[in-house]
Amino acid sequence: MSKKQHYKITVNGKEEEFLAEPRELLIYTLRERLNITGPHIGCETSHCGACTVTIDGKSVKSCTMFVAQADGKKITTIEGIGGPDNLHPLQTAFKEHHGLQCGYCTPGMITRAKKLLEENPNPTEAEIRFGMAGNICRCTGYQNIVKSIQAAAAEMNAAKEAAE
Amino acid sequence: MKDEVTSREERIENLKGMGCSRKRVEDARFTQGKGNYVDDIKLDGMLFGDFVRSPYAHAKIVNIDTSAALEVPGVLAVLTAKDLEPLGLHWMPTLAGDRQMVLADGKVLFQGQEVAFVVAVDRYAAADGIEAVEVEYEELEVLVDPFKAMKSDVVLRPDTVAEDGSPAAGAHGPRKHHNHIFTWEAGDKGPTFETIDNAEVVAEETMYYHRTHPCPLETCGCVASMDKVNGKLTLWGTFQAPHAIRTVVSLISGIEEHNIRVISPDIGGGFGNKVGAYPGYVCSVVASIVTGKPVKWIEDRMDNLMTTAFARDYHMTGRVSATREGKITGLHCHVTADHGGFDACADPTKFPAGFMNICTGSYDIPTAFLQVDGVYTNKAPGGVSYRCSFRVTEAVYFIERMIEVLAIELNMDAAELRRINFIKKEQFPYKAALGWEYDSGDYHTAWDKALKTVDYEGLRAEQAQRVEDFKAGKTRSLMGIGLSFFTEIVGAGPVKNCDILGLGMFDSCEIRIHPTGSAIARLGTISQGQGHATTFAQILASEIGLPADSITIEEGDTDTAPYGLGTYGSRSTPVAGAATAMAGRKIRAKAQMIAAYLLEVHDNDVEFDVDRFVVKGAPEKFKTMKEIAFAAYNQAIPGIEPGLEAVSYYDPPNMTYPFGAYICVMDIDVDTGLPEIRRFYALDDCGTRINPMIIEGQVHGGLTEALAVALGQEIAYDDMGNVKTGTLMDFFLPTAWEVPNYETDYTVTPSPHHPIGAKGVGESPHVGGVPCFSNAIQDAFRPFGNRHTNMPHDHWRIWKTANELGLHD
Repeated sequence: MSKKQHYKITVNGKEEEFLAEPRELLIYTLRERLNITGPHIGCETSHCGACTVTIDGKSVKSCTMFVAQADGKKITTIEGIGGPDNLHPLQTAFKEHHGLQCGYCTPGMITRAKKLLEENPNPTEAEIRFGMAGNICRCTGYQNIVKSIQAAAAEMNAAKEAAE
Repeated sequence: MKDEVTSREERIENLKGMGCSRKRVEDARFTQGKGNYVDDIKLDGMLFGDFVRSPYAHAKIVNIDTSAALEVPGVLAVLTAKDLEPLGLHWMPTLAGDRQMVLADGKVLFQGQEVAFVVAVDRYAAADGIEAVEVEYEELEVLVDPFKAMKSDVVLRPDTVAEDGSPAAGAHGPRKHHNHIFTWEAGDKGPTFETIDNAEVVAEETMYYHRTHPCPLETCGCVASMDKVNGKLTLWGTFQAPHAIRTVVSLISGIEEHNIRVISPDIGGGFGNKVGAYPGYVCSVVASIVTGKPVKWIEDRMDNLMTTAFARDYHMTGRVSATREGKITGLHCHVTADHGGFDACADPTKFPAGFMNICTGSYDIPTAFLQVDGVYTNKAPGGVSYRCSFRVTEAVYFIERMIEVLAIELNMDAAELRRINFIKKEQFPYKAALGWEYDSGDYHTAWDKALKTVDYEGLRAEQAQRVEDFKAGKTRSLMGIGLSFFTEIVGAGPVKNCDILGLGMFDSCEIRIHPTGSAIARLGTISQGQGHATTFAQILASEIGLPADSITIEEGDTDTAPYGLGTYGSRSTPVAGAATAMAGRKIRAKAQMIAAYLLEVHDNDVEFDVDRFVVKGAPEKFKTMKEIAFAAYNQAIPGIEPGLEAVSYYDPPNMTYPFGAYICVMDIDVDTGLPEIRRFYALDDCGTRINPMIIEGQVHGGLTEALAVALGQEIAYDDMGNVKTGTLMDFFLPTAWEVPNYETDYTVTPSPHHPIGAKGVGESPHVGGVPCFSNAIQDAFRPFGNRHTNMPHDHWRIWKTANELGLHD
């Protein structure tokens, strides 16, 4: 056990201040301290991506980042991507195209997919598969996840065009 | 009066009943991060428990010193076997009739075994406490090879030796050796051996189906909360069989069953991992009783891979005999089954090797004999059905490899060999040589459709050309065509021969129709991603004529759901799905009487039509189910009690036998050992199809788990019993990058004994997929003399096969 330090992070637009041991992992901070349980724990070795969040514009696996490393940063989790009144096209597409089964990987999957589409709004199937390779799903075999992301991309691009 | 102008087709569509690709009702919460998994549960004052685990695979425990751990800030208690012994809880029963240590009782039998349980205020304090527990071990000789274990003087389990020093009888009969667990036989030994000994052609092969693990993305865990004021224990957990867990907890703790409430919340995948009872559950319950506070236990990934529920680990030897024309005459299979330190298989009691006796597959084999020997070793306990019915993946892999080997022996095309040996459509119901009665099938139609779709002959021609090109030095890539035709046996099962720990394997459904025409139905099963809340509502919609969108499905809470044996072995649709249909029919029967009363005709003068009862011959006179529901509660009807509810406990008369034809086309780089799946075609026949979208999703997922097992996933041990694949760094889970797109197809051969003709599909793609991937690899090397190589076919092993066949010379 080490001395508690003061940290300040912004999660889904809300500023949070607290005392914590520096060894505390960010996923623990989110889930246990802040009750943000959308991101899940699947492996604790950065392989499965169930804990994926966005930190300062990058996809990060929060199970292997210390809270100390996240100090002062802006974090977005699935809860900040869309809710009942403002569903993100990815959330709609995953349901529409059966891109999930047990749902455990889904928050990380959608969080990563959102970032992927920001980086590359028109990905090829191979680019989607490569870009999502850090997120493991045990249920779907990925085929419908790829389909969901393609559908969301098409929808987002159409909406963007219509707005222009 | 909208109803009157709505067409019949529209009324059917409104129901979203069976056969439509209804979108899943579960998805809203999961896509918004609002699922409720066990680790999301937080209770006031909740503590966290975690295990001190053995670093050794076989060792005597000399001493456990917990004093320093108890000084660690935040640590409240440390439990050892000595604390559990007075309660009789230091050992627990396994589902296979064996016993398993909850906490190490004098010795440890596998690496990662639970030695002490540290209870602390949070995970970090528990981890600190674990570091401070001092355990003194004395290493013992390690046995990781079941064949050596059967010859060794080393006694792994002192309870296997009788007072006179001879091996004591086990739960499934006499032991041959102190490290032997059971021998299980099926079929006729004498006639089978005689047939094989006198056959024109015999193919023999030895194969090892390696140890692997279901590895759902969510590990196992629970929260135990003992309310000492009311004497009630609530246990939330990742349970594939919540009612069975309640009964087991009651039996071992002495707490009466009505005072135990077991709740399976959302489950992040199961695949067989979450069927059994684990030491973590027992320790959490005890810790909650001791501390008076709720206690949570959640495995980390290493705990999960190293300790709970391995699958497979079958050493199989086969002999298959045939005429020179290729008609199979006999089959013999022997299995040496490595069960690890405790026999913790989750099989029906009478089947210690599960349904391995489905190993005659889809073929009309007149005589067969199977013998399975279970053996203890210094490995983790388990032997669960990883995305399959009990040991069916092993059985199907065995027969589908034996067919390929026989094809080599006969110098025959393996597709044709299958075709001439298939059980014919008119032979169903078909009594197999090893005892099962297959309910229905049309194998030839499925096979022909599959071969035609992929242009099988064209593929073989292309493959022959590739071999020529390879030999001519024009390419370094080989082409493999993987074939597999599987018959599953699912839906356990008839109570007359299927029970687990004496609990009959029926299942149940309870329906309550609300006055305004919506409903809630509760089942004894529990979804882990299969979409029960969506599909069971579809079954009901078709049966009772209320829209699926107006029906809530609830599972997993033993205080509210009717008793059932849970979800595994593809039993939900065959058993609970049948219960749902039957309960729906009881609702309909009462609704018919109400409708007749309301329409002022005799009961027999009305008939059900989609969503209503109509007067026969006068369709303009009708009462909708919605109107009937309202009347059931609000109108005094002579001779009929108010309300509209039904319950059904369904004991299936037989198992169901889904089948399918899979074909995989692969290109293999002989210099890197890298396989590239060019095409995968999967035809499934699961009988009546409830939701095609969900079926397809199940097939994609099952095939991907098959790809994993065939091409790299394994739980490997070194000679010291160290687990070499304990993290996702070493344990292969395919990513989107490694997985191909699958082509799905189907035929429909309904089950004749199931109320809606459905057979179950969740596990078929895994069962049929593993041999298909493996056969593709083996087939690529067949022209160069390959007969059989063991899975997993990772790049290194494929390279090695190529090397041993001289392809690098």
